Amino acid sequence: MLIRRGSDHIPSSEITPEAVYLNRRKFIGRLGAGAAAIAAGVPLGSQAHAASQSRGQSDELTPYEAITNYNNFYEFGTDKEDPARHAGNFTGHPWSVDVNGHVSKAATYDLPDLLSSFTPEERVYRLRCVEAWSMVIPWQGIPLRDVINYLEPTSSAKYVAFQTLHDPEQMRGQRARVLDWPYVEGLRMDEAMHPLTLLAVGIYERPLLGQNGPPIRLVVPWKYGFKSVKSIVRISFVEEEPPTTWNIMAPQEYGFYANVNPEVDHPRWSQARERRVGELRPRPTPMFNGYGDQVASLYSGMDLTRYY
Amino acid sequence: MAGVLALVPLANIGWDAATGGLGVEPVEALVRRTGWWALTLLVVTLAVTPVRRVTGWNRLIQIRRPVGVISFVYALSHFVIYVAIKQWFALSFIIEDILERPFITAGFITLCLLTPLAATSTRKSIRRLGGKKWRRLHWLIYPAALLGVLHYFWLVKADTRPPLVYAAIVIALLMMRLDLPAPFARKAARSDSAEPAPSRS
Ligand code: HEM
Repeated sequence: MLIRRGSDHIPSSEITPEAVYLNRRKFIGRLGAGAAAIAAGVPLGSQAHAASQSRGQSDELTPYEAITNYNNFYEFGTDKEDPARHAGNFTGHPWSVDVNGHVSKAATYDLPDLLSSFTPEERVYRLRCVEAWSMVIPWQGIPLRDVINYLEPTSSAKYVAFQTLHDPEQMRGQRARVLDWPYVEGLRMDEAMHPLTLLAVGIYERPLLGQNGPPIRLVVPWKYGFKSVKSIVRISFVEEEPPTTWNIMAPQEYGFYANVNPEVDHPRWSQARERRVGELRPRPTPMFNGYGDQVASLYSGMDLTRYY
Repeated sequence: MAGVLALVPLANIGWDAATGGLGVEPVEALVRRTGWWALTLLVVTLAVTPVRRVTGWNRLIQIRRPVGVISFVYALSHFVIYVAIKQWFALSFIIEDILERPFITAGFITLCLLTPLAATSTRKSIRRLGGKKWRRLHWLIYPAALLGVLHYFWLVKADTRPPLVYAAIVIALLMMRLDLPAPFARKAARSDSAEPAPSRS
């Protein structure tokens, strides 16, 4: 049975945004822009979706309030509330992104310029944090592969590396060396080119707030949340597996792949279950966060207990 | 006095629970708040005697036992919230945690060490055991505090500064009790026996 906080306990502020959201959907529908994408809905992994429904567990959208007040963004502090508290003035404007490495159109791009040739799509994804909590987030973003195709990497590009802004003036969490700043992440080229992989610019039809990694961030829904690097200032096309921040920090705990895997526990806690933010009772975590149908083939033949 | 102290964390947690200050993940917040208060009050308990010696404020001794008991109450709530809500009574997960995850193992042993101390914290137990035995038993508070700090140190993901602060305080308090000049130590030991004997005020 699914136990929720009684509806009388949910402050109206948590409900409103969904109403706003639905209104905006109608609004967008009237405009005709992106209506098809929204109607086509949601690449929630269909199998896992069915499985969770058969358990009586749904994948309802997490309220905007929770998505914007419970964040791991150590650039603004290590507590979950710190980013909401300290990233208020961080908007990501103006913003440029440095594209380099094995790529034809290497350059420093003004972000709005770079994005002007793409139309953001609507994607509702589960987000599974390595700390065993999860959310369901309606993102707006551009499939990373569209951007990669536009940038034309050469055949030597085997991996894509990403880097977060390093600016202790704005990002007060970076004044302490709790992590090896700047935050870096990376994907194998086939992971980066996978249609599920998104460069997100918005949540609930609003531009990303400071705490969610504006103005542009990665979303890789079958991997633990720390792979989804925020506030990206550099995209590098490289030949070798790039270093990644949490792997540098604790290699026994965080691997390069970081695929959601209920069978490979974190040394300090089980990954077999997760708690959906807003719910009390833990639920089982599906393999690849429920996106196995779409992504399992990327890893066929790999020992996932070794490449965690 | 101690009653008022007991209410501070409760009021803090209760106020936040009522005003939404526990955030969108209240379970996590409750686990962390109760753990933090358990350890903090344990450290306060340890600090009583050294502070009393330095300041000569002898009445301070009266809060030592009650604060220790309150620390245990928080440690126990911490464990109960972990078992009931975080793990949803899933015994296999709980046992796996206690056996295989060092930070949980340390927390569990800490709780086990604190339990007999809390159980013998009444004046009746002190009388029954006798001051010497009672004091020997209650020496367990030192390993308990050290293990509590280890639990904290092992559970943080990146920022180890707060648990290191606790470690420094606990070690300093320990040294203060071990490294006293001999006559002072003897005098202190004697005056410590004021604690097990029911205090008059
Ligand atoms: C069986 C016993 C125990 C279990 C299962 C347990 C479990 C936990 C868990 C799951 C957390 C949260 C970890 C996280 O947020 O990542 C935690 C945090 C904590 N626990 Fe325990 N614990 C136990 C006993 C204790 C005891 C006896 C103390 C203190 C005397 C203690 C002090 C703390 C502290 C200080 C924290 C961190 C609070 C913070 O993050 O500010 N725990 N514990």
